[in-house]
Amino acid sequence: MSAANERIATPATKTAAAPRWKRLAGNRPWLGSCVAAVLAWAATVWSGHGQGSGDLLTAALAFSAFTVLVSLGQMLVISVGPGNADLSIPSTIALSGAAAMIVMDGSNAMLVPGLLAATAVGVGVGLFNFGLIRLLRIPPIIATLAASLIVMSVAINVGRGLKVKPPALFSDLMAQRVLGIPLVAIGALVVTVLVALMLERTVLGRSIAAVGQNRRAAQLAGLKVERTRLMAYVICAGLAGLTGALIAGFSGGNSLDQGQEYLLMTIAVVVIGGTAVAGGRPSVPGIWGAAMFMFLLVALLNAVGAGPGLRMLLTGVIIIAVIVLASARPTR
Amino acid sequence: MLHALLPAVALALLLAAVFLKQPRAMSYFGINLLLNLAIPVMFATLAQMMILAVSDLDLSIGPFVSLVACIGATLMPEQPVLAVLALIAAVGVYALAGAVIQARQLPSIVVTLGLSFVWLGCAVLLLPTPGGTAPEWLRSAMSWRTPLLPMPIWMAIATAIVGHLLITRSAFGTLVRGLGGNPGAIARAGWNMVRVRAGVYAIAGVFGVCSGLMLVGQATSADANIASRYTLVAIAAAILGGAEFAGGKVAPVGAVIGALTVTLAASFLTFLNIAPDWQVGMQGLILVAVLALRAAIDLFGGKR
Repeated sequence: MSAANERIATPATKTAAAPRWKRLAGNRPWLGSCVAAVLAWAATVWSGHGQGSGDLLTAALAFSAFTVLVSLGQMLVISVGPGNADLSIPSTIALSGAAAMIVMDGSNAMLVPGLLAATAVGVGVGLFNFGLIRLLRIPPIIATLAASLIVMSVAINVGRGLKVKPPALFSDLMAQRVLGIPLVAIGALVVTVLVALMLERTVLGRSIAAVGQNRRAAQLAGLKVERTRLMAYVICAGLAGLTGALIAGFSGGNSLDQGQEYLLMTIAVVVIGGTAVAGGRPSVPGIWGAAMFMFLLVALLNAVGAGPGLRMLLTGVIIIAVIVLASARPTR
Repeated sequence: MLHALLPAVALALLLAAVFLKQPRAMSYFGINLLLNLAIPVMFATLAQMMILAVSDLDLSIGPFVSLVACIGATLMPEQPVLAVLALIAAVGVYALAGAVIQARQLPSIVVTLGLSFVWLGCAVLLLPTPGGTAPEWLRSAMSWRTPLLPMPIWMAIATAIVGHLLITRSAFGTLVRGLGGNPGAIARAGWNMVRVRAGVYAIAGVFGVCSGLMLVGQATSADANIASRYTLVAIAAAILGGAEFAGGKVAPVGAVIGALTVTLAASFLTFLNIAPDWQVGMQGLILVAVLALRAAIDLFGGKR
């Protein structure tokens, strides 16, 4: 009994001995990304002599909303264990954007069916992904890579020369602001809260964490490991599908490369946001911090007049620096 | 046994199909044309394989090869010394990344993801618009008509032997696979893990340099995205060749054959007059087909 107490007590005393900021950061892996986002915002505003700080924030919220929606899914997939990642997100976004525009066909009445169709396309890709992983017993990275090639081909054939404008209502909604906050960002926030609740309160959410932490233990405890993984992939692809439609609505029509940047972006956002790459420890608030940080970082580099080459170089250096700094967390 | 032969069988089937469809390809010139593009892919695959051998994954090899090609097309003709220094520095950064991954226990995917931005940024800084010229010696070396067999075949044999000796036969190779399979054992045996992983990444960087220089020698000019697809192609080729994502299981000879197969699959689809729109998807399907075959062999052959 006393031995057990001691074992529990040791880490606590250790934490108490650590400096206060470390203790604060210890249980909050998302804190770093949020601090970084605020710093990037402040630096950008400062470099622009304080002008347009509100506009910058609005733009950051609108663009981050897309990143957040896709990254939440990637976070779930990465959290089900080492080696899990969805590389098919860009193709899914391309295909679902085209599907949404075709179903909507510029008519306001078809807005909801169009969004549903886009999500359904995503869910289909998710099922296909997991089918490959299970049936062929191949690593998820290769499975989703192969799937992405196939899905992209379909998207090219479906979306080629497609010049359907989104319905007026859709475009208006995407540009709508409530109290200065873009409607998309509010939508993304709602989804974020739902995902957080799902992770904290539902069997599925707890299973995702459990499977990611120790798959064998989860299996022995009677959890449905494969069904949990399936759900992670399906939710991820479904969110990517929905986002594809939203991006098409936001930018006045779909394009085949509208999802291209989201492959590396989602992985970077998930990891910078404090989610453990080894799985089992999702970090929902960090997704927002990291998504805002990534957008504001580019804005900052633009503001100081960095060309595309320098911008990418610095983005890379900063990603690595953030990861190295984050690894100093006492949770390790 | 069947498992190990699978990459070779896949390549043979694909070659047979190509020759059946286009008998004229069965010549020195035809094979050269078919497989020429595989030469840089083979080196990129070997680089990826080194990283896979330590159970890591390199998402930066494509942009790295692009950067090397850009250095080859801009600095090399006029300032060869500076170019060589730049290449050495790039390999050094690779080694540093390996050391940091080991020392801080970082996920390789994320670090190499960051590195890929660094390489791409440097490449864009060097060569903002496609262009440049590869040095004369490099161009003539890559268009050399090798005796007896076309150059891609010689290159495949050479890279397979080098990879085999390095990974399967050398003491360092054993250490590398040990680090991938059981890092704890390597640590307990007293090896400096930081140094070993840095060495692995440095060797991957050297393979990447070979890949980029040969690519620019073939293409004669470069652009910052010339090899961006190599990242995924190299992973696919290495996996086709029998490598696995964990446990330090890699197969150098298989990786070279995998690189040939992936390149040939692309040419084959052009031969079949498949619309370019579907070619990407067909590459995915071929990848799935080979992996399905592998899964079936594992399932029924009992060898796991």
